[in-house]
Amino acid sequence: MEDLVDGLLSGKVRSLAKAITVVENDRPGKRELLKRIYPKTGNSYLLGITGPPGAGKSTLTDKVIANLRKQGKTVGVIAVDPSSPFSGGAILGDRIRMQQHALDDGVFIRSMATRNHLGGLAKNTVDVIHLLDASGKDVIIVETVGVGQDEVDIVRIAQTTVVVMVPGLGDSVQIAKAGVMEIADVFAVNKADREGADKLFSEIRAMLDMVKGDFKPEIFRTVAVDDVGIDELVQGIFAHGDRVLTSGLVKEKLAQKAESELRAYLVDNIMERSTGLTLYDDVVKRIAAKEITPMDGVEELFTGLGMTKGEN
Amino acid sequence: MDKKIKVLIAKPGLDGHDRGAKVVSRALRDAGMEVIYTGIRQTPEQIVATAVQEDVDSIGLSCLSGAHNKLFPKVVNLLKEKGAGEVLVFGGGIIPDEDIQGLKDAGISEIFLPGASTEDTIAFIKENVK
Repeated sequence: MEDLVDGLLSGKVRSLAKAITVVENDRPGKRELLKRIYPKTGNSYLLGITGPPGAGKSTLTDKVIANLRKQGKTVGVIAVDPSSPFSGGAILGDRIRMQQHALDDGVFIRSMATRNHLGGLAKNTVDVIHLLDASGKDVIIVETVGVGQDEVDIVRIAQTTVVVMVPGLGDSVQIAKAGVMEIADVFAVNKADREGADKLFSEIRAMLDMVKGDFKPEIFRTVAVDDVGIDELVQGIFAHGDRVLTSGLVKEKLAQKAESELRAYLVDNIMERSTGLTLYDDVVKRIAAKEITPMDGVEELFTGLGMTKGEN
Repeated sequence: MDKKIKVLIAKPGLDGHDRGAKVVSRALRDAGMEVIYTGIRQTPEQIVATAVQEDVDSIGLSCLSGAHNKLFPKVVNLLKEKGAGEVLVFGGGIIPDEDIQGLKDAGISEIFLPGASTEDTIAFIKENVK
C-alpha cells in the first residue's frame, strides 16, 4: 500500500493504474488508500464531456487532449462506457479515438464500465478522479456514457460541463426539455458541417435566451474529426472556469460536490450494513406478504441497526 | 465483489482485418468481461502503454498480416520491461502451425487459429488469469 501511494504521488503510471483497480473494485485497502491521498487532491481542473451516443464525445475529447498538451498541461481521462445489463460485461471503445496519445507520458487514459450504475458515470468515478488528481494531472476529463435525457451526475462533479450536441436528433421541444440540456456550462455543436447544424445552433441560442443570470452558456461549433473549432471551445471552457472562480461560486460548487460524494457513500454503506442481516431478509418477506409497507420496513431496519430517527 | 476480468483486444501491425477481433471482443463481453478495444494498426508500444494504464488482466493480439513472429513477442518483452510481465497474453489470426511453438516459447500463452470457438477462448482466459 505504501509503495502504491508513494508511486502514485510521484507520478508512476503503474502505481496509479494499480491504485485505480483497487478503488474501482472496492478491494481491501481502498479506504486507507483514499485517506492517504485525499489531502493531496483538489488541484486539477475537472472537465465533464457529455452528450448523446454518437455525438462525437470521444473524438472531441481526443482533440481537447491534444490542445491541452500543446499548452503544456498534463491530462487524465476517464472514459465511461455502459456495462451489459445481462452479462455484466462491457466493450470499452472510447479509447480507439484517443490512441494518438498512448505514448505521451503527460496523458493517462482509463476506461471504466458503468457496472449498471445510473447517472452517466461509473460507480467509483469520483474516487478515480481523486487518484488522478493526487497524481498531479493539471486537467481531468471525464467522458460520460452516451446520455439520454436524465443522466446528469457529471454536473455535480465537474467544474465545467460541456454538452456535445449534433444536428438531426430532434426538434426544438427536445432542446427545451429539462435534464441534460440544462446542465451545460458550454455547448459544443459538433459535426457542425452537417445539415441542420445552423438550426440546432439557433435553437440552443433561443433556449438560452430564456436563461437568466450571469452564467449563460456559450455555444461553439466544432467539427472534431477535422480539428475545427477546438481552440475556441477550449478557450470557452477555461473562460467559464474563470467566471466561476471570480464569481465566488467555487465554494458552493465544492460543497455540492462534497455532499454528492458523501451521499453516495452513505447510501452504499447503509445498503452494505443492511443486506447481510436476517432482519433485512425478514423485512423483505413481510413486505412481499403485504404485512408492512416498504416505508415501515425502512423504519424497522433502522431501528434494528440502532439508528433512531431524529426530530425534523 | 466478484472480480471483473479486464481484457485488452489489440491489433498490432498493418492489416485492417478486424472482424475476428470484434467477434472475440463481443464474445468476451457476453461472458461478463470488460473488454477494451483499441482498433487497428497499433504498435506494440501503444498496446503495452494502454495495457499498463488500464491495468488489464489479459491481452488478446490479433494479426493477419504475417508479422506475428515479430510483433507478438515484442509485446511480451515490453510488458516485462514495464513490470507488467504477469499479464496473460494470447493471440489469434492467420498463423502457420510451425510458428506456434516459437510464439509459446516467447511467452504467448496460447494461439487460437481460424475456426477456434469463442468458448475455448473464454475458458482459457478464465482458467489462466490470476
